[in-house]
Amino acid sequence: MSSHSFGVERVRADFPILSRALQGNKPLVYLDSTATAQKPLSVIRAMDDYYRNTNANIHRGVHTLAEEATADYERARERIAAFIGARSTSEVIFTRNTTESINLVAYSWARKNLSSGDVIILTEMEHHSNLVPWQILAEEKNIRLEFTPVTDEGELNLQAYQNLLELRPKLVAFTQMSNVLGTINPAEEMIRMAHEVGAVVLIDAAQSAPHFKVDVQKLKADFLAFSAHKMCGPTGIGVLYGRRDLLEAMPPFLGGGDMIKKVTLRGFTPNELPHKFEAGTPAIAEVIGFGAAVEYLEQIGMDQIAAYEHTLTRYALDRLSEISGLKVIGPPAEKKGGVCSFTLEGIHPHDIAQLLDREGIAVRAGHHCAMPLHQRYGLPATTRASFYLYNTLEEIDFLAEALEKTKALFG
Amino acid sequence: MDDLYREVIIEHYKNPAYRGVLEPNDFSFEDENPLCGDQIRIDLRVDENNRVTEAAFSGHGCAISQASADLLLESIVGKPLGEVKKISKEDLLDLLGLDNLGPVRLKCALLSLKVLKAGIYGMGEVGDSLDRDEE
Repeated sequence: MSSHSFGVERVRADFPILSRALQGNKPLVYLDSTATAQKPLSVIRAMDDYYRNTNANIHRGVHTLAEEATADYERARERIAAFIGARSTSEVIFTRNTTESINLVAYSWARKNLSSGDVIILTEMEHHSNLVPWQILAEEKNIRLEFTPVTDEGELNLQAYQNLLELRPKLVAFTQMSNVLGTINPAEEMIRMAHEVGAVVLIDAAQSAPHFKVDVQKLKADFLAFSAHKMCGPTGIGVLYGRRDLLEAMPPFLGGGDMIKKVTLRGFTPNELPHKFEAGTPAIAEVIGFGAAVEYLEQIGMDQIAAYEHTLTRYALDRLSEISGLKVIGPPAEKKGGVCSFTLEGIHPHDIAQLLDREGIAVRAGHHCAMPLHQRYGLPATTRASFYLYNTLEEIDFLAEALEKTKALFG
Repeated sequence: MDDLYREVIIEHYKNPAYRGVLEPNDFSFEDENPLCGDQIRIDLRVDENNRVTEAAFSGHGCAISQASADLLLESIVGKPLGEVKKISKEDLLDLLGLDNLGPVRLKCALLSLKVLKAGIYGMGEVGDSLDRDEE
């Protein structure tokens, strides 16, 4: 099967944590990469090496360590800029994570450019991180929020989206891939439609950037946000990509060191991009780790990763469909990434997750930071198994067998 | 498969004796665990001496939270509210036969007690008079 040609065992050998045993002698079956991905040795080593050999603050200091640390940090930015197809490194702003990236746009761009009565279009399948920042803004500035509905099959209703665009929104923000349904939205088409009515578009790429090739120029995205930790990198570091002309015109987000060119007692001149939006000492080791993660993914190849995950997803949907009483929410395999959120009749997701844990299988239970989406389907919670490049078909067999055992226990 | 899911918990989850609603009731309390969306409502009927005569719970949640609610209500029927107020976390965990729950599942196990206590303590004057009864 394609798991062999992809060389998943070689990939697994790169991830130290995957050799860990749980609950006595059960191998770890990690099916929670949508929450956070595991880290390959190259990422762990890059950060370890930075602290052992290079540690210094960046963009100041002329000593050797500071020069080297600055060069490593900026090299990581170059690598990440190339990874997403940005025109220039000045369009790649380091933040803490996707959430902070979206908040940066809400606090800086939107506060400057939106006023009372303006419209923002979101969707019903957004993660809380692409809802709450806009709710805060809407409350403060009397902005109207509208939501592209999700169909019963778990896809966006594009006709309804087209109709909503007639409201002439200033901003359209949506996820490229749902963290619950796995749905991969037709981002390129949706961005084109939004641009036709003059809207600026923000893409939440937290789930897409780790799993398939995301090219900001091909998409024509105006803003695009993602996090390192979901793509084999460390926690605490993310990116906001922004079109240069938009970023240039935006006021700073956080004030402090490094984001200024000049400061007097009563005023400041902001620094050039991208430093204008990077106040204070950044997460230097994490940026370097992020660079190593992107390098790792590129070595394997995003297209190969996407194809392999597709194999896993098709297999998982097949195996899960054999379990009576189990229902997966979301579209069929060809329209989704490696996320299977499901319900099992008569058994609460927390009980399922707990019992799977006792078998060494890590899944997530709850609303996955998408309460409105769960309400849309009338579900208080789901259990979510998600896959990444290091998962195997055998692990999906373990999952299916453990679910049968869980059912038997509840009889 | 698991010692957490002992027979008593599965049994009370699958065949709860106190599941339902009481309409009318003397007291009705409701709360949820925002983290996982578990939700429990407890209805009580009491006699003139504030003794629980009937109890019922409704809502949704995991086996631990639902079994816990059933066992808790089973233990309070016939008791005066003043005594119900004194039920501790440890008492309920004893009823469940669980002593090593992690912090996340502890919230599930104790949701019913939280609802019941917040309800009784939130009754204002009635709650105050219960305190006096105890003295």
